[in-house]
Amino acid sequence: MALYRSMGRSEKLWDAGVYLLLTLSAIVVIVPIWYVLMISITPFEVWARTGGTLLPHPSEITFEAYKQLLSSWRLPRAFQVSVFITVFGTLLNLIFTTMMAYPLSKKNFRLRNPILLFILFTLLFNGGLVPTYIVVRNLGLIDSYLALILPGLISGFNVLIMKAFFQNIPDELEEAAKIDGASDFQVLWHIILPLSKPILATIGLFYAVGHWNSFFDAILYIRSADKQPLQVVLREILAAGNLTNYVPVEHETMPTESLRMAAVVISTIPVLIVYPFLQRHFTAGVLLGSIKE
Amino acid sequence: MQAKVQTQTKPILRGAVRASLKALTTELRKNYMLYIMVLPGILYFLIFRYGPMYGAIIAFKDYHIQEGILGSPWANPWYKHFKTIFESTYFFNILTNTILISIYKLVFGLPAAIIMALLLNEARITWFKRTVQTVTYLPHFLSWVVVYGIAQAVLSPSGGLVNKALVALGMNPVDFIASPQWFRTVIVASDIWKDIGWGAIIFLAALTGISPHLYEAAAVDGASRLQRIWYVTIPGIMPVVVLVALLNIGNLLNAGFEQIFIFYSPSVYSVGDIIDTWVYRQGIVGFQYSVAAAVGLFKGVVGFILIFGTNWLSKKYTGSGIW
Repeated sequence: MALYRSMGRSEKLWDAGVYLLLTLSAIVVIVPIWYVLMISITPFEVWARTGGTLLPHPSEITFEAYKQLLSSWRLPRAFQVSVFITVFGTLLNLIFTTMMAYPLSKKNFRLRNPILLFILFTLLFNGGLVPTYIVVRNLGLIDSYLALILPGLISGFNVLIMKAFFQNIPDELEEAAKIDGASDFQVLWHIILPLSKPILATIGLFYAVGHWNSFFDAILYIRSADKQPLQVVLREILAAGNLTNYVPVEHETMPTESLRMAAVVISTIPVLIVYPFLQRHFTAGVLLGSIKE
Repeated sequence: MQAKVQTQTKPILRGAVRASLKALTTELRKNYMLYIMVLPGILYFLIFRYGPMYGAIIAFKDYHIQEGILGSPWANPWYKHFKTIFESTYFFNILTNTILISIYKLVFGLPAAIIMALLLNEARITWFKRTVQTVTYLPHFLSWVVVYGIAQAVLSPSGGLVNKALVALGMNPVDFIASPQWFRTVIVASDIWKDIGWGAIIFLAALTGISPHLYEAAAVDGASRLQRIWYVTIPGIMPVVVLVALLNIGNLLNAGFEQIFIFYSPSVYSVGDIIDTWVYRQGIVGFQYSVAAAVGLFKGVVGFILIFGTNWLSKKYTGSGIW
């Protein structure tokens, strides 16, 4: 009896420890993001006095930093570019990934194994940064939006994931359509794709987040200021000594830190909007399992 | 008998060729749409994945833009650029930085993700568990530039949370991101902050695969919860732990290019300059294409060997590998 009671107590202590550590880890993630938000709405007087607080007084907040950033051309233009690249790029990613994955899912496709090896090798070895840059430059893509889309058009991993998904669709459905005279393309369009919405959504969302967050491609390939995507301009805003190029005039009415953090928030909002959808597709473990298979 | 076989060979061969040609045409006629569908993908991989592999031969040439890959003269001796690299002390500096940052990320990041998964697995209240998951998975989807902004808010000497705490405790503020003493810590910590939740997912998936009977049996035998974790859970997820560690070792020379490129500055080159950042500065910014390509090729070959080597070791000792 005594033993039982002591076990109960240690169990409770264990639980308390578990919940405490989990709460702490959530706080460690939330607090910095919250602080970014708070700095972005801190006016000059308050910043000069406190240097930023976690809980500003509601009467002492201002959205001036957002107004200033959005009334200049730089950040809104970069936002537009990123939206364009994300939408158009993801669409092309999905079309070409699907077209490559579908034939590879068919057991009677003769070139299936050679092509799979052809893809797998690129997952293990690549030519490196400089030769890739030379290829893109030789194709005349420097300073073109296509340079942000074509080099990453198809992810080998995603082809393998999609192929595994297609393989799990029962063959009978395709055979029935084939007997009715449907071509391979018609089968893919009318039968396979409607059944593949979950995988298309998952892979599409991951491609889209990749485009939205991509930074280095533009550093390599984009020269004109008005073609730069959001992450590049955000990085400039975070690193610049003064922000005269990014806000209209009289920027001294807002602290540089507030403007910087407001730019961070603006860049993050689209990700926060799709995050609930992304979360529905958290099946990384399952995905990895299907690659191994 | 022998002669008979020989005389028959030719017609048999001819027949085989004719048969396989016929099989090819029927295959093409039957599946031509599949070939059309796969063609753009093949072209993409040839141009953008295999093209750079071919282009990597400039590591053995004196590449000039005007002359192109084929037209540029071969380096003399052919290993000239590799000699330059291996004789430079700075190369060993960046190699050390790369490997150290990778190892720190593995040594601290992997246990952190495992512990996160174990904690989430121990939490019984569903809404609480879900909430913590939602919160800790989020940073994975933020860009490194955004994380850099967040790091400024936390670490900057003017108004950064950590420095405010230091000042409140009577200490001097530290410019963590620009300080050679702190740079690697900042890189490893921000990497863990970003991906601890995401990294836990794969272990959580492995945890659900452990049979509940094992836990029941352990409980009947009077095992405490810590003992159950030690004797049932950890062995249960060990294969996945090995797998993830292997993948990381295969990526030893990838210390996190984009992250470091965004966080670093000349003041921390001594501890934070890695192979990739150096290749970018030498090759793209400094136009030393061949030397940079040689370093890139070195990195690619070592990475290839590492992934094959670790996979082979894993298959030998644990019975399963990455493929």
